[in-house]
Amino acid sequence: MSSSDEHAHSARHPHLAEHFETIQQQDYAARLGMWLFLGTEVLLFAGLFLGYTVYRHFYHATWHACSQALSLSLGATNTVILISSSLTVALAYWAVKVGKRNLALGLLAFTILCAIAFLCIKYVEYSHKFHVGELPGKWFRAEELMQYPAANMYFTIYFLATGLHAFHVIVGMSVLLWVAKGIWKGRYTPDYFVPVELGALYWHLVDLVWIFLFPLLYLI
Amino acid sequence: MTQQSQPSADSPAVYPAVNYLNADRGVKSWLLTLDHKRIGIMYFASVLVMFLVGGIFAMAVRLELLTPGPTIMGANTYNRMFTLHGIVMIFLFMIPAIPGVFGNFCMPLMLGAKDVAFPRLNLLSLYLYWTGAILAISAIIFGGIDTGWTFYPPYSTTTPMTAFPALVGIFILGFSSIVTGLNFIVTIHTLRAPGMTWMRMQLFVWAIYATSIIQVLATPVIGLTVMLAGIEKVAGFGLFDSAKGGDPVLFQHFFWFYSHPAVYIMVLPSMGVVSDAIAAVARKNVFGYQMIAYSSLGIAFVGFFAWGHHMFVSGQSPFDNGAFAVISMFVGVFTAIKVFNWVGTLYRGAIAINAMFVYICGFLFFVVFGGMTGIAVATISLDIHWHDTYFVVAHFHFIMVGAVIMGFLIAIHYWFPKMFGRMYHEGWAMVSASFIVLGFIATFIPQFLVGNAGMPRRYYMYPERFQAMNVASTAGSSLLAFGFIIIAIYLIYALVRGEIAGDNPWKSMGVEWQTTSPPDKHNFAKPVVITKDPHSYQKPGEEVEHVVI
Amino acid sequence: MNELMRNLLWLPPQASTLAPKIDNLHYFVITVTMAASILTGVLAFVFFFKYRERHAGQSTPIVLPSVKFEIAVIGVPLFFFLLWFVQGFQDYIWYTTPPKNTMDVYVMGKKWMWKFSYAGGGPNAIGTLHVPANRPVRLLMTSRDVLHSFYVPDFRVKQDVVPGRYTETWFEATMPGRYQIMCAEYCGTWHSQMWGEVVVMPGPEFDAWMVEQKAGLAERVDTAGDDGGDMRGSIVEYGKKIAMTEGCVRCHSLDGQPHIGPTWLDLYQRRETLESGEAVIADEAYLTDSMIDPRGKVVKGFKPIMPTYKGRLAAPEAAALVEFIKSLRSTSLENLPSKEATYDPAKPTQRR
Repeated sequence: MSSSDEHAHSARHPHLAEHFETIQQQDYAARLGMWLFLGTEVLLFAGLFLGYTVYRHFYHATWHACSQALSLSLGATNTVILISSSLTVALAYWAVKVGKRNLALGLLAFTILCAIAFLCIKYVEYSHKFHVGELPGKWFRAEELMQYPAANMYFTIYFLATGLHAFHVIVGMSVLLWVAKGIWKGRYTPDYFVPVELGALYWHLVDLVWIFLFPLLYLI
Repeated sequence: MTQQSQPSADSPAVYPAVNYLNADRGVKSWLLTLDHKRIGIMYFASVLVMFLVGGIFAMAVRLELLTPGPTIMGANTYNRMFTLHGIVMIFLFMIPAIPGVFGNFCMPLMLGAKDVAFPRLNLLSLYLYWTGAILAISAIIFGGIDTGWTFYPPYSTTTPMTAFPALVGIFILGFSSIVTGLNFIVTIHTLRAPGMTWMRMQLFVWAIYATSIIQVLATPVIGLTVMLAGIEKVAGFGLFDSAKGGDPVLFQHFFWFYSHPAVYIMVLPSMGVVSDAIAAVARKNVFGYQMIAYSSLGIAFVGFFAWGHHMFVSGQSPFDNGAFAVISMFVGVFTAIKVFNWVGTLYRGAIAINAMFVYICGFLFFVVFGGMTGIAVATISLDIHWHDTYFVVAHFHFIMVGAVIMGFLIAIHYWFPKMFGRMYHEGWAMVSASFIVLGFIATFIPQFLVGNAGMPRRYYMYPERFQAMNVASTAGSSLLAFGFIIIAIYLIYALVRGEIAGDNPWKSMGVEWQTTSPPDKHNFAKPVVITKDPHSYQKPGEEVEHVVI
Repeated sequence: MNELMRNLLWLPPQASTLAPKIDNLHYFVITVTMAASILTGVLAFVFFFKYRERHAGQSTPIVLPSVKFEIAVIGVPLFFFLLWFVQGFQDYIWYTTPPKNTMDVYVMGKKWMWKFSYAGGGPNAIGTLHVPANRPVRLLMTSRDVLHSFYVPDFRVKQDVVPGRYTETWFEATMPGRYQIMCAEYCGTWHSQMWGEVVVMPGPEFDAWMVEQKAGLAERVDTAGDDGGDMRGSIVEYGKKIAMTEGCVRCHSLDGQPHIGPTWLDLYQRRETLESGEAVIADEAYLTDSMIDPRGKVVKGFKPIMPTYKGRLAAPEAAALVEFIKSLRSTSLENLPSKEATYDPAKPTQRR
């Protein structure tokens, strides 16, 4: 591909990589890649959901009792926090598209604050469980729940699922910070905002996983 | 524009002075490359080293099995040998090999593209592979894993062994696989040259596409599985420990949900290689192109639902057993379709006799025998006797070595001139191909028989009546090893002193052959436009006979 | 014909009613497999020579499959595969449906040995299982530690043995003789030596042997027969420790005193009557069962108040408890059933 070809047509988009023909092709590839990656994340969590289902089936009464030991109010608060953060990140994406840089940054900041709040509440929940011994496997020592067979298994699933999710919250937060940096530096503008879209998509997945975890752990 | 044209028979073989190998110099230019061809070459060197390591473990196992009692090592050492043979061969060679080497090198060329969709991710996948490999190999140095590559609890989680580095390594290798698959899917969707519709893609590309779908969907599950096993081992969580209310059979479900589709990750690319190579060797259109393309997708899809056939005697319910068995039967049909179509491609071809022909004949015999013994073990009642015996070992080696490694060797011999611009010595290639095919038969047919006789797998010591067949198998394996050594020698020789190959020594119609050998750093001198069906050997303006069977 | 095929394929003798069924389907499948693969290889080989390139630049026709061909190519293999599935599934269902009149044997796999005990009473054994010929035998199997698999090649019988649950298989041996048992699921260092033997005796001979064995049992005063002479003092100590820490001794006395639960002194192999009226021998299977599902087989006169230890005792711990219980033997020659409980939850408790 000779450079004379490039100048013969209109100047290449500044963010267009060498091996793509048009920015539309590149953006489409980026989106397709991101959706595929989100698919892999769904499959990663799927195994834990399967584990939940299997053990709930084996130990129905235990599951019911242990789920009552979780704090419904803290869980519901977390759910509201995450759903709001999904809204603000979607709005931030729109703001970048229409060129409202400061609004976008503000919305992203709020989203990241929501993530931090989520993690703080999780910390509170976890420390309570450490305190009373509602822990997985061999660490389990919660007195009131001991009468239920395999109560430790409930908390194994709980900690694995919410732990893996919390890890993804941290990753998502980092991605959003990186996107915010890009907006700040003027890299992402109405002319080029696909990375913001991809970051927002990832955050939506993090939210979606919680939307499934919350009812399964706290409500039923 | 570069059209697909019939290469002329008498243009002199030219070795381009500047090509992807020497365009940029220095170690850094290789380690930080974004060129899919260089990444493919680095994968090539890496998987060959891993194949050697896995092969050494295999020879250790076969040597130990020469006598019914202890031969050259103790029980624990032997148990580690077969475990590491499995882990290294499967995760470090079979899964990454054809996609990582030939998928990377050839597939963008076949699409007429300049590179893969995400070149930096491609480099990342290579680094992830190296990291995972180092961690998994460190398990050898720290010692102790003897669970078999399947790592079943409670044994794996309650017996002291340093499994953690290996588990982390496999997790990271999983990421490498996912990244590769994701990259390839997006590349095939978005970077096809103008005029290349889906039905004009070469069959190797279809195979890589189907493989990549499996990689992306199945690998996260093994990632989760090794993570759970690692956590259970290190933190005592008890997910699979019956003492804490867990179920060891649940691990088997998790494990095989990935590991069954994984065998299709291994075999589909090699089938794609054979599809391309047969067309080039027979210089003919592919008989039943659409059938082969769709059957790759069929294997990828249906293969996801057959995992329970590894668990027929695990205590699974009869209903589950029946469902998994019947689904496995359907997967077998897709392979049968391919075999008919490959043989049909040879019919009325203009076939060149060379080393690839020897491998292709071997491949066809092995894939039918291996595939049908797979159907046989999928027949539940027969598997009661065969499960966890050498019959199963022979079945999967027929596919993994007989089909996949034959495919890998065909790929090497087919694309070596493209990658390096030089030809190897055809005579030695045919000699070593014969050693490989015959050595393979001699190694693994006895294993079917000793499995029938009742010899279980993973047996350090065995009853005396099994010795004759074990000795025969070990003898065969030395023939096999000898064949590989000869290949290594003449290929290394060809790298430095081989005859110049020229752009298209096979006169193949594949798009990758429409550029120089070795290719330029930017792949094609002029943009590629596709106007013909793939694998079509008709000269322009020629009256062509159409035959319908 | 059967013998010829069996020998060609290196199959072991057919020593059970299952074996000929399996082998017949095996012959069918493997014959078609061999034929198909040889045909394919030969055809490819022949084509390579018949259709080799005769001159440079030789042109080739475009050969395409017709729809009929494609249907045949899918239909014929699928027909064979499904035929095999149907026959195989039928045989499998037959294999997983034990007849009603089986003699039950409890099998316990542990690294690296097989232990057997007869449900209807009889001698326990390590490594050797005596069974009668031509009578169905059902095996109720569990593992003490890791996964194992009970495999008798000559019977074509195999079933994984899982800790924390029972798996079941059955066979009817047709030929008296000795048949090797091998473990078929990797279980550690000596997996390849976890062997045993099924001794098939003609029916009357087995009955006589069993009577003789049972007579000998009443004179046994130690548990040496079960452990092969290895008293395993440390496992008994371990079991005692667990009995204390898990709270078993709160309800089960060790010295014969009647208490909330049956006393453990002389409990092993004691004949107890259950609430249901059924009689049971308190062997390893019953003792383990009671720890997992204590409300299932409650001894008459006792209340169903024992909590479950499922999920609370590791398999080795349960094993140690059983060994400890077995070690609690008095010098009395009679093995009397448990006396009635001294505890009624409705009444206020006198002790503790």
